[in-house]
Amino acid sequence: MDKSIEIDQKDIKPSLKILSMHPLKFAMWLFIVSIVMMFAALTSAYIVRQAEGDWLIYELPTVFLINTFILLSSSVTMHIAYAAARKDNFKTLKVAMVLTSALAIAFLVGQYYAWGALVDIEVYFVGNPAGSFLYVISGLHAFHLITGVIFIFIMLFSAFKYKVHSKNMVKMEMCTTYWHFLDGLWVYLYIFLLLNH
Amino acid sequence: MSTTTELNIGHDVHHDEHHDHKQSFISKYIFSTDHKMIAKQYLVTGIFWGIIGVLMSVLFRVQLGFPGANLEWLRPVLGGWLTEAGKIDPEFYLALVTMHGTIMVFFVLTAGLSGTFSNYLIPLQIGARDMASGFMNMLSYWFFFISSIVMLSSIFIESGPAAGGWTVYPPLSALPQAIQGSQLGMTLWLVAMVFFIVSILLGGINYITTVINLRTEGMTFTRLPLTIWSFFLTAVIGLLSFPVLFAAALLLVFDRSFGTSFYLSDIYIGGEALPNMGGSPILYQHLFWFLGHPEVYIVLLPALGITSEIIATNSRKPIFGYRAMIGSMLGITVLSFVVWAHHMFVSGLNPFLGSVFMFLTLIIAVPSAVKVFNYITTLWKGNIIFTPATLFSIGLVSFFISGGLTGIFLGNSVIDIQLHDTYFVVAHFHLVMGSLSIFGLLAGIYHWFPKMFGRMMDAKLGHIHFWMTFIGVYLIFFPMHYIGIAGFPRRYYSWTNFDAFSGYTDLNMFVSIAAFVTVAAQFIFLFNFFYSMYRGKKAPQNPWNSNTLEWTAPIEPGHGNWVGEIPKVYRWPYDYSKPGAKDDFIPQHVPLSTTPESNLPHEQELAKQEQLNTSAHAKTTES
Repeated sequence: MDKSIEIDQKDIKPSLKILSMHPLKFAMWLFIVSIVMMFAALTSAYIVRQAEGDWLIYELPTVFLINTFILLSSSVTMHIAYAAARKDNFKTLKVAMVLTSALAIAFLVGQYYAWGALVDIEVYFVGNPAGSFLYVISGLHAFHLITGVIFIFIMLFSAFKYKVHSKNMVKMEMCTTYWHFLDGLWVYLYIFLLLNH
Repeated sequence: MSTTTELNIGHDVHHDEHHDHKQSFISKYIFSTDHKMIAKQYLVTGIFWGIIGVLMSVLFRVQLGFPGANLEWLRPVLGGWLTEAGKIDPEFYLALVTMHGTIMVFFVLTAGLSGTFSNYLIPLQIGARDMASGFMNMLSYWFFFISSIVMLSSIFIESGPAAGGWTVYPPLSALPQAIQGSQLGMTLWLVAMVFFIVSILLGGINYITTVINLRTEGMTFTRLPLTIWSFFLTAVIGLLSFPVLFAAALLLVFDRSFGTSFYLSDIYIGGEALPNMGGSPILYQHLFWFLGHPEVYIVLLPALGITSEIIATNSRKPIFGYRAMIGSMLGITVLSFVVWAHHMFVSGLNPFLGSVFMFLTLIIAVPSAVKVFNYITTLWKGNIIFTPATLFSIGLVSFFISGGLTGIFLGNSVIDIQLHDTYFVVAHFHLVMGSLSIFGLLAGIYHWFPKMFGRMMDAKLGHIHFWMTFIGVYLIFFPMHYIGIAGFPRRYYSWTNFDAFSGYTDLNMFVSIAAFVTVAAQFIFLFNFFYSMYRGKKAPQNPWNSNTLEWTAPIEPGHGNWVGEIPKVYRWPYDYSKPGAKDDFIPQHVPLSTTPESNLPHEQELAKQEQLNTSAHAKTTES
């Protein structure tokens, strides 16, 4: 035990011959799989419950549609930031990252307003499961989005310290993947809710 | 490639020379990122939970075997959980069976089994210095630890721990006014499970990433030991099923604490209707069993993987049907996700759907039978060395057969109507899931103890432990089949009030006594475990003459596992008793080119290529 070898992350290199993906990036994909399973469970629970009848029918507030576009545009700015980082274009990177953060927060605020709009049409968290499901699904998505925003903030700080550049892209790639995923997840959820409300 | 290898070696040697400092107590034993220490943390926590879970079963076996026994002498421990007359309180009885199930399934056989052996063996057997992320691995253990603390604390609160059965079906678990156990205890149960799920996901993500990304050179998927295959697939199942439990638990939390109606509808308490409308308790069952059934295989597969390794090593024979073993584990993995509704045959499920699920359930018998067949044919005509680990592995195969057969009965939707929620079910899953996995865990401990602690466990005590446990398990669970067929429902506090059931009191008494003896035998193991840790015989480098990579590492490996270069792999892990070979085993890191006497024709070709590669390698290093 005494002969312990001090190791750091650099020693844990992937065997390049087997798979070229970085272990942390791969772990990120697995994390995404687990999130997918969670929302798959919730949306199938939604369908199963809806099939049993006694289901409140209401119109989805338009705020949700606006939010969807806000989130989609944040994905675009995220991609611009990513492309800029790969080309070491720091000015664009910073601007795009700031824009992404702003749009992300705008989406979260928008979701809050959407909940307000739901209350206005008398769809409450406590009541018919039709409404409760909507709050749980959008709330859980918002929770994951907050973790995504934290990730973006971390990358934003690194960007301002010039730590994100073409030679150091692993975290940036992970952040981009995660953000596009959360974006895609919302699009799925929105279309799902639109078709099944 | 060769240049990167050289760089890596240089890097390691460099570290060895300059950073050979002593770690502090905290970074070595508590917040360790070393997969081996984390595995031991899981093991010790698992053993702690095992003791608690088993003692709980002793308590309720007292009630079942000797209804109305006076336990006044236990009042200092149990306090208010005894009635005035000194009997076990009925609600406490429900809490006991609930916690016994929760602890055994999740804390011992999921975290204790997978957490210990996946952590310990994955890096050592695939030739990696550590997990993909040591930090995440540490986090995984500490989330499990927090979960353990929360669950443990629920035992000590006044209203008692959760008492709605380990499946915590609503509405019983959702309504605090239903039973005491559905008050604070249930909340703590849910909180503990949330932490537990986070822990499993962190661990599982790490296991999968490590197996896919960090295998040493030459360790292809078809050269992986079956242990690694089983841990890998276990982690995949966990990753796909635990998020669903999370969703189910989340909705239950909202129902309990925020007044939503996901699972609640039309409930009257004391003549007054609850406000909850429109929920469906069956929805919870679907979500729960979507985890719950794969969970069975999360518990089972690591035990089967450990058995494959131990049986092949100690029969001194290659595992029979290596690829069939992998195939059947893959089959079990896939099928485990499409059979969940066989737990719900009597929930008002559409009978047509029931027959679909019945069909899918019965298909699982095929890969399971393939595995049993392969174990037996591996043992067949082998030079079996009866170490305690071998005995426990053979015992495991026995449970797999006897418990698996009753699974075929229960999987039939028609027979299940009679047998559902009786002691027949209890007997079935305690044999095939409980005892089998415990035997896998014990076999694994006996087999890898020398690697973990550098000392040997006492074999004689191991043999006594095995025979007492093996016979004990059958004496406990075989009579339960009869009790179950006679219609005894599970989770009942007492039957003596019913004439129909009073005939079996002697059988229940017999079961209880068998249980007490079997539990007593476990203390032999505990003594052996802790005594050998400090006083056991020093372990040799490769005590079982095994082929896998962990035995090439130093006897007490430090953080980083191998001093110097990681061994390369040239062959599969089951070259035991190969015709023509000098010894009856050829470890995985021995190149084919050095064993021309035992190579098969196609291996001769590979050996030639190997030599070409090494000479090319030598040239590049020179230049």
